[in-house]
Amino acid sequence: MHLAYPAVLSALLFCTGLYGVLARRNAILVLMSVELMLNAVNLNLVAFDVWLSRTAEETLHSGQALTLFTIAIAAAEIGIGLAIVLAVYRNRGTSDIDKLRDTAEGHEPEGADSDGDATAAEKAEATA
Amino acid sequence: MSLAAETHGFLSPTGVEIAFLLVGLVTFGAALVTVTTRQLVHAALWLVVTLGGLAVEYLLLTAEFIAWVQVLIYVGSVVVLLLFGLMLTKAPIGRSPDADSGNRWAALTVAVASAAALIWVVVDAFRTTWVDLDGPAAGSTEATGASLFQNWVLPFEALSVLLLAALVGAIVLSRKAKAESASPPVNSRAVSGGSPSVPDSRNHRIERKVPTSGTESTEPGGAR
Repeated sequence: MHLAYPAVLSALLFCTGLYGVLARRNAILVLMSVELMLNAVNLNLVAFDVWLSRTAEETLHSGQALTLFTIAIAAAEIGIGLAIVLAVYRNRGTSDIDKLRDTAEGHEPEGADSDGDATAAEKAEATA
Repeated sequence: MSLAAETHGFLSPTGVEIAFLLVGLVTFGAALVTVTTRQLVHAALWLVVTLGGLAVEYLLLTAEFIAWVQVLIYVGSVVVLLLFGLMLTKAPIGRSPDADSGNRWAALTVAVASAAALIWVVVDAFRTTWVDLDGPAAGSTEATGASLFQNWVLPFEALSVLLLAALVGAIVLSRKAKAESASPPVNSRAVSGGSPSVPDSRNHRIERKVPTSGTESTEPGGAR
C-alpha cells in the first residue's frame, strides 16, 4: 500500500477535528472533535509503524505502543473533560463555551457579561 | 477531492488500497457529518461510524490488536461517555440552532488551509514510499504484546498510575460540585452539614436566581 493513503486520510481527519474544535459551541462537541484529532494521530502512528517495522531490521514497535498509550490517555482525557463540563454545567446552567467568559480580558463590559449569564441561567431554568 | 486526485497518480491500485480508499471515504464523510450536524446526539452516533471506520483501517494496515482496542475503548466506552455527557447536560434532542458558533467561517478557513498544507507536504514527502503489507502481520497481538512488555514496560506502568489519577480526579471533580451546590455559602468544607440544607436551597433557588444569577458562581445547578 502506498503510504500516502493513510497519511492523507489522517491529515483530512485532523483538519476535520480542527474545524470542529474551532467552530463548535457545545463543550461536548468540542471534546468529540478532540477525539477526532487524536484518532488522526493514531492512524498516522500505526501506518508509519507498519512501514518502518518492515524496513528496519530491529523494531521496537514504538508506533503501536504509542498508539495504545494515546488511546488510554484519550480515555482518561475524556473522563476528566466530561467531569469538568458537568461541573461547569452544574454551576452555570450551560455548557456553551462561548458564554464562559469570566476570564476574558476587557472585551466585554461587566453588564453585558452578567446579562449573558442571566439569559443562559434563565434558559437552563426553562429547560429544567 | 484530494483522495480522488491522488488515485490518478497510481495507475494500478491494489485491492487493499481500494478497500482503504473506500473505507477512508466513509470515515471522512462521517467525520464531516460529526462536526457539522446540528443534532447533538447524531454527532455522537456519527462519531461511532468514524471510529469504527478507523478500526477497519487499522485492520487493513494489519494492526489487528490496535483495531480491537479501538473498538473496545473508543466505540465501547468513549462514545457512551459522550452520550452520557450529552444527556446529563440536557442537550436538546432535535435540531439546535446554536450548535455552531459565529466564527464558523474563520474555522473553515483555518481548517482548509491547514488541510491543504498538510496534504501537500505529506504527498510530496512520501511520494515514493510503499508499505509492505505481505508476510506476517506487523501488529498482531503477539508482536504488539512482546514489544509492549519487553521494551515498553515502564511507560505502561506509568500509564496505569495516570489512569488511576484520572479516575480519582474525575471523582473529586464530580463530588466537589455536589458539595458546593449542597451548601449555599461559598464555604465548601461544610459537606456533612450541607445535606439538610438541600431542600432549602432548592426552594429559594428560583427567586434567588433571577436577580443575582450572574454574579455568583456557587449557585446550585439544575442537574440535581
